[in-house]
Amino acid sequence: MPGNYLPRASFQALLETLQQTGYRCVGPQLRDDAIVYDTLRHVGDLPRGIRDLQAPGQYRVEKSDCPRFFAWANGPQALKPLLFAPQEFLWKTERAADGRLRFVAAVPDAVPTAVIGVRACDLAALRLQDAHFLKDPSRDAHYAARRERLFLVAVHCTRSAPTCFCASTGDGPRAEAGFDLSLSELDDGFLVEAGSDTGRGVMARLPLEAASAGQTQTADAEIAQAAKQQTRKLPSRNLQAALFANLDHPRWVDVAERCLSCANCTSVCPTCFCHSEADQPTLDGAGSVHARQWDSCFTQGHSYIHGVTIRADTRLRYRQWLTHKLGSWHEQYGRSGCVGCGRCITWCPVGIDITEEATAICGDTTHV
Amino acid sequence: MAAKPKLAVHKFASCDGCQLAFLNLGEDLLMLTQLVDIVHFAEAGPVDLDAPVDIAFIEGSVSTPEHLERLQRIRANSKFLITIGACATAGGVQALRNFAKGNEWFASVYAKPEYIASLDTSTPVASHVKVDLELWGCPVNGRQVLAATRALLFGVSPVEEHDKVCLECKRHHVVCVLVAKGIPCLGPVTRTGCGALCPAFGRDCYGCYGPAENTNTESLGRRFEGLGLLPEAVVRRFLFINNAAPAFAEAGKRWKER
Ligand code: SF4
Ligand code: SF4
Ligand code: SF4
Ligand code: SF4
Repeated sequence: MPGNYLPRASFQALLETLQQTGYRCVGPQLRDDAIVYDTLRHVGDLPRGIRDLQAPGQYRVEKSDCPRFFAWANGPQALKPLLFAPQEFLWKTERAADGRLRFVAAVPDAVPTAVIGVRACDLAALRLQDAHFLKDPSRDAHYAARRERLFLVAVHCTRSAPTCFCASTGDGPRAEAGFDLSLSELDDGFLVEAGSDTGRGVMARLPLEAASAGQTQTADAEIAQAAKQQTRKLPSRNLQAALFANLDHPRWVDVAERCLSCANCTSVCPTCFCHSEADQPTLDGAGSVHARQWDSCFTQGHSYIHGVTIRADTRLRYRQWLTHKLGSWHEQYGRSGCVGCGRCITWCPVGIDITEEATAICGDTTHV
Repeated sequence: MAAKPKLAVHKFASCDGCQLAFLNLGEDLLMLTQLVDIVHFAEAGPVDLDAPVDIAFIEGSVSTPEHLERLQRIRANSKFLITIGACATAGGVQALRNFAKGNEWFASVYAKPEYIASLDTSTPVASHVKVDLELWGCPVNGRQVLAATRALLFGVSPVEEHDKVCLECKRHHVVCVLVAKGIPCLGPVTRTGCGALCPAFGRDCYGCYGPAENTNTESLGRRFEGLGLLPEAVVRRFLFINNAAPAFAEAGKRWKER
């Protein structure tokens, strides 16, 4: 049986194999004091030895001598902007010479893309975004075109941030499914596993060696350790009844006094899908483009219906976010909309913690 | 062919930066001149101060007795009046003088202060006449000026942008400077329009587009304190370019009283 161990010195071979197969590689790198996903040309672009220090409302990075590329938990974004573009044109209108209007669909830009370093929570969030954007009859052509051309290289987490709680939502820290390849990172290299036929094809072209039983054990122990590190959790995996029974809880007023209604939480949340659409006319008035951009339940426009803003204040907006994400998602998608990535906690400018708010409102329901 | 709608660009107490938003439009400026007749725009050439117009843009705050009088004439001559920029919309950075005592600074600057005809205050246009649309920013951006003009030419209401800068930040893949660098960004209370210009260059928003809708200056001010700002530094964050905009003026007052 061929081996499944990729020595660290051969990691570039993975990038080159993917590039030769026709993929643009995208992966984590250090930019502007955070781990962000961008085009990856060379193994040297990876954030070697970088660790993230996360807390409510705070993100810092530190350098270490650690040889690992994936010794951090996560950054502000991962897959969502690659599939659900923050801003894009869906169609345009033109006035033809005979005066009639012509509607022209925008061609989705969909370069085959391989994403290196996808986390378990990102894959769980992707399944939810797929459920939303690929559902017939309203399948989104732009999302679908990019989704079909996506190759996913997952990396199991070996180091949770204090804001992570994927173990409690059942979404991590091990990537169980939904990837083409998965990697367990060790100090000297990676254990590789294929999760699809395309993945097996790529794996067959890598300079792999035999892994020792000790390596496999270490890898499993590190993932288990990452789960144990997690201290945060939601009171239950299904809070729908508890939330809707507490719509007048005083905590909604309390959180609204702290909340900036700034939409950072929904923007970084890998499962949030709200957007607004608007037509932008050309200056000469002869045509227009129909644009879509990320929106949020924290904006005024989100609940505006001809002349009335239904959720004018922050109490109602925060309540909408929580009761949808942790409540009515169960009806829509059969599970909660939270995969425990902790991004909304870290990237909230005032450090509002979804696990703390949910616990205060729903009480300490026994963990399911 | 019907006559083209007439347009004027007026100047009050200001730095001229918002008028440059027009002049920097490039080819769009040529297109604009095909769509409308620019009858008054002193910085660009045409001067006809009292011409009746369909759309009047006003840059600058009301700062002298002459401004008071000229503004009334402009309003009477204009069907749709749009303020452009922080000065015309909120009184501008020069409204800081509203916190000082009358004109006592003049004596320390000018040898013969009696030659300076100035009001005690710098105020927004809307304090004196009805304003139909306010475009914020220091300076405004050309995209918003053109979008408003285009909407009026179609005969529809221009769309107001009033979400928080944070939304633009995230749409542009900018890493949050408040969270990642710990600097006191005003983006969470400031309205969109600039495309998150300052955070994109790694610095904190200083609120030049004025207050967004539904602001929570109290919570953000507390966060700034947590980052190490003294109350007087928090005051200065709010009382800057748009110090006279009600949401920021009230926040500054609150933090002064601590
Ligand atoms: S709600 Fe927060 S923790 Fe849950 S998936 Fe969204 S960003 Fe992550
Ligand atoms: S919870 Fe935090 S990130 Fe979300 S809208 Fe409120 S202040 Fe902004
Ligand atoms: S950098 Fe400023 S504007 Fe951007 S998300 Fe952070 S707080 Fe908001
Ligand atoms: S980020 Fe803030 S200060 Fe900078 S241009 Fe935009 S609104 Fe003005």
